[in-house]
Amino acid sequence: MSRTTRRIAPAAAVAALALTAACSSSSDSGSSSAPSSSGSGSSAFQAQHKGGTLKLVAHAAAGSFDPQVNYTLQYWQLFQSMYDGLLAFKKVGGQESFTVVPDLATAMPKVTNGGKTYTFTLRKGITFSNGKPLTTDDVVASFQRIFKVSSPTAGTFYNGIVGADACLKTPASCTLPKGVIGDAKTNTVTINLTAPDPEFEYKLAVPHAVVVPKDSPTKDAGTKPLPTTGPYTAASYDPNRALKLVRNPHFKEWSREAEPQGYPDVIDYTFGQTVESEVTAVENGQADWMFDAPPADRLSEIGTKYASQAHVNPLTAFWYATLNVHMAPFDNKLARQAINWAVDRSAVVRLYGGTNLASPACTILPPGFPGHVNSCDYTKGGGTTWRAADLAKAKALVKQSGTAGQEVGIVVQDDDVNKSIGQYLQSLLTQLGYKATLKPLSGNIQFTYIQNTKNKVQLALTSWYQDYPAASDFLNVLLSCASYHPGSDSSINISGFCDKTVDARMQAAIKTSQTDKAGADKQWGAVDQQIMGESPVVPLINPKLIDFTSTRVGNYRFSKQFYMLVGQLWVK
Amino acid sequence: MTLAPSAGARRSPGPWRTAAGDLLRNRSALASAAVLLLVVLATVCAPLYADHIAHTDPFQSHVSGTTVVDGKTVPVLTPSSTGLGLGVTPIGPTWDPAHYFLGADNQGRDVMARLLYGGRTSLFIGFTAALLTCVLGTAVGVVAGYAGGVLDAVISRVLDVIWAFPVYLLAICLSVVLLTNGLKLGPLTVDAGSLWLPVAIIAAIYVPYIARPLRGQVLVLRNKEYIQAAVGSGAPTPRILRREVLPNVVPTALVFVPLMTALAMLTESALSFLSVGVQPPDASWGTIIEDGLGLLYTRPAVTIAPGLLIALTTAALNVLGDGVRDALDPGARLRGGV
Repeated sequence: MSRTTRRIAPAAAVAALALTAACSSSSDSGSSSAPSSSGSGSSAFQAQHKGGTLKLVAHAAAGSFDPQVNYTLQYWQLFQSMYDGLLAFKKVGGQESFTVVPDLATAMPKVTNGGKTYTFTLRKGITFSNGKPLTTDDVVASFQRIFKVSSPTAGTFYNGIVGADACLKTPASCTLPKGVIGDAKTNTVTINLTAPDPEFEYKLAVPHAVVVPKDSPTKDAGTKPLPTTGPYTAASYDPNRALKLVRNPHFKEWSREAEPQGYPDVIDYTFGQTVESEVTAVENGQADWMFDAPPADRLSEIGTKYASQAHVNPLTAFWYATLNVHMAPFDNKLARQAINWAVDRSAVVRLYGGTNLASPACTILPPGFPGHVNSCDYTKGGGTTWRAADLAKAKALVKQSGTAGQEVGIVVQDDDVNKSIGQYLQSLLTQLGYKATLKPLSGNIQFTYIQNTKNKVQLALTSWYQDYPAASDFLNVLLSCASYHPGSDSSINISGFCDKTVDARMQAAIKTSQTDKAGADKQWGAVDQQIMGESPVVPLINPKLIDFTSTRVGNYRFSKQFYMLVGQLWVK
Repeated sequence: MTLAPSAGARRSPGPWRTAAGDLLRNRSALASAAVLLLVVLATVCAPLYADHIAHTDPFQSHVSGTTVVDGKTVPVLTPSSTGLGLGVTPIGPTWDPAHYFLGADNQGRDVMARLLYGGRTSLFIGFTAALLTCVLGTAVGVVAGYAGGVLDAVISRVLDVIWAFPVYLLAICLSVVLLTNGLKLGPLTVDAGSLWLPVAIIAAIYVPYIARPLRGQVLVLRNKEYIQAAVGSGAPTPRILRREVLPNVVPTALVFVPLMTALAMLTESALSFLSVGVQPPDASWGTIIEDGLGLLYTRPAVTIAPGLLIALTTAALNVLGDGVRDALDPGARLRGGV
C-alpha cells in the first residue's frame, strides 16, 4: 500500500497468502508509558467515556475525502470510523487487527466455483447517514463506482472481477453485469472473479471497496463528503482549514469487532500548523493528537518529559534504497552487492531517530510479517540479524566490478529525515569511490519521479508500507516483472528488477497460498532471500511510529493495519 | 609674478592616492577591513584546521563515529537513554579545537571545520558574484548610456523587467531550473552542482542594480564638454569610452563592490538555506544554517554560529563599503552628512 512517511501509493496487486491472527499481548487503556503500546483485543463499550471533542492536528490535509479515491493513510485512518465494506479488518489493537471479519455482510463469504465466486448476505437494518437504508443496489453501484471514479486501485486490486476489463477501458459505462450481482429478494451480493484470488478478502476490506449510496456522484466527490454507514459522518471539510466529524445519527452498532461505536461526539481535525507547533499544541493540551511525525529535535523531549503520552509501535514496513539494474554502475551485480555490504544500518537507524524508532533491516519482508525469515546476507561476520557493515569487502567488490569513479545520482525526498539519510548515502558512495550527487525532491513528486525510467534514476531512497498482510504485497508488487513498466510514472518496481526464475517462484507461492498458507509463507521467505542475493534493493530499516497524544486521551489502540483507531480514543 | 609653480609647491597626490589616504583615516572602515581579513584568513586555513587540528573530513558523514571528551570515548551522535529513549542528539560544543570544538551536525560532521570551509564558499561566491555583477553592470550601463537610442531603450526595458521581479523569487526560479540541468550557454557549460552556478545566478539578478545608476551617470557624462570635444575631434567611440567615460564611472562601480559582496553573500545564504544554492556535500554558511534547523531545540550552536558569521561579515562589508564610497566620492559624505 503505502510509501514513505504516511502516504499511500498505488500498488500493483498480487497473489496469494494469508495471515494468522494471533492475539497480541499488551492491553492498554489510557496513556501508556511503555515504548510499545498497541493495545489489543476488543473490549466492551464504556459509556462513561462517551462524549467530548477530540482535537486532531496535521500540517496539511490529504486531498479528496472520497473513500474510493483517497489513497493516503491520513484519511484511511479516519475512514475506519466512517465507512464500511462487505468485509473489514478487525478494529482492535495488535496482531488481531490483521484479521478480516464480516462488516456489512452477515458472515464471511461463501466461496465457490474453485475460488472464483464470492457470495455475501447483506445485513438488514443498516442506514446511511442521510437516512436511506442500505440495499444490495448500493453495493453493486459502489463496485461500479470504483471504476467510474478511476479509483487508484481499480486496475490492480479489482481488475480480477468479471467485466473489470471493460470498466477499465470505458469507466463511465461500467456495469459489471456478470461481475457483481445483487439480489434484493435474498439480500445477497455475488462477486465473480476471472481467476481465484486468495487476497481478495483483504482487498474488500480496504476503503476503496466501501459501500456508498447508489446515487453518489460518479466522479471524485472531492471536498463534499459522501454519506456514511459508520459511527461518524463529515459535517464539513475544507482542506485548507479543517475537517469536522460528528456522530452519524442513524448508526447502531452491529458488530463491535467490525465497526465499534466511537467515544467522542465530535472529531475536529485542523490543518495548517507547522510540525513544531503541533508538538507544542499536544504538549499544552490544545490538541489531542498530531498526525505528522514529531521533528527530530523534539523527540528527546517527548521521550522524557512527555513519555506517558507517547505511543511507539513497530510498523510492517521498510525503508530501502533502490538500485537501477538497467543503468551503470548498478547493472553490475557486484556493485549492487557492494552497496548492501557498505551501508551501515545502525547509522540509518540513528538518522531516523534511534533504536527505539527503527531497527536495521536485512530482508524485504518486515519482521513479524507473513513469510519473513530471519536472515542477513550482508552483515559482517554473518548471522541472521544485521551486526555491522563491511566496508572493506564493499570496496573490494567495487574494485572487482570495475565501476569505481562512475557517477551515481541519489534521489531522495526533501524532508529532514530522508535528506539526512541521502547525505549519508552520498558520503558512503564517495567513500566507495563513486562520484555521488544528491537530488532532494519534494515529497509530492519524488515517488512518481523515481518510478519513471525516463528520469534515469540510479539510486533512490523510498519506503513501502503494507496494503494488507500478504508477502506478495511486498515481493510481487515491488520486484516482479509485472510491476516494471518502463516510461511510466506507475512503475513501482523502481529497480527494474525482472528475473523470470524469481517470477516463477512467486507465482508458485501464490498458487500454494490458495491451499497451504504456511507452505506459501516458506516459499515467500525463500523468494525474499533469492532476491536479496541479486541485490536490486538495499533494505535499510524497519520503522516504528510515534503517536503523541494529550494527557486527557485514553483508550489508545493501535491497529497494525490502519494504525491508531481514532474513533476509539476517549477524551472524557 | 609668475605663472610657473614655485619650486616648493607640492604636486597634487591624485584622486586614487587621496582616496586611499581618506580610507586609511576612516577608523570604522579600517576596523571592518581587519575583521574581514581575519575571517578570510580563518577560512583560508580551513584545510589546516580540519587536517591537522581536528583531524576530520567535514564533508564525510560520521554518524556512527566516536570522539574523545574529557578523556572518555563518546559517540558523536548520542541516542537518548532516558525515558522512552527517543531521538539522537549530536555532540555539543566541547571547546576543544581537536575534538568537535563547536559540536557536530546531524551527520556527525565537525561544525567548526564546516564553518571554515563554508566561509570559503560563501566568501568566494559573494565576492566573485559581486565582481561579476559590477563588471557586467558597468558594461551594460556604459553601453546603454552612451549609445542611447534604440539600444538604450531595449537594454533599459530588459533591466526594468529584471528589476520588476522580486529578487529572491527570481533567484529561486533560476536556481530550481539550473540545478536540474546545469547551465549551457554556447561553449560555456556549468554543472548542476558547481559553485559557479550560484555565482552566475546571483551575478545575473543584481546586474540592474549596477547598470541603472551607471547608465544615468553616463547619460550626464556624454553631454559634458570634454566628451563632446572628443566626439567632435573624431575620436573613435571605443577610445572615448576607455579614456573619457570609464575613468569616471569605475570609482562608482568600485564603491559597489563591497556592498554587492555583502548582498551576494546574503543571497547565497538564503538560496542555500532553501536548498537551491550550494549543494551537499559542499558547505556554505547558508547550508550549515539549514543543517542546524532540525537541531534548533537541542544544538542551537549549529545554526547560531554561521548566522553570527554572516551578520559579522556582511556588517563589516557594509561599513567598509561606506568607507570606500566616502573615500572615492567625498561629495557624497558632504551631501549625506555621514
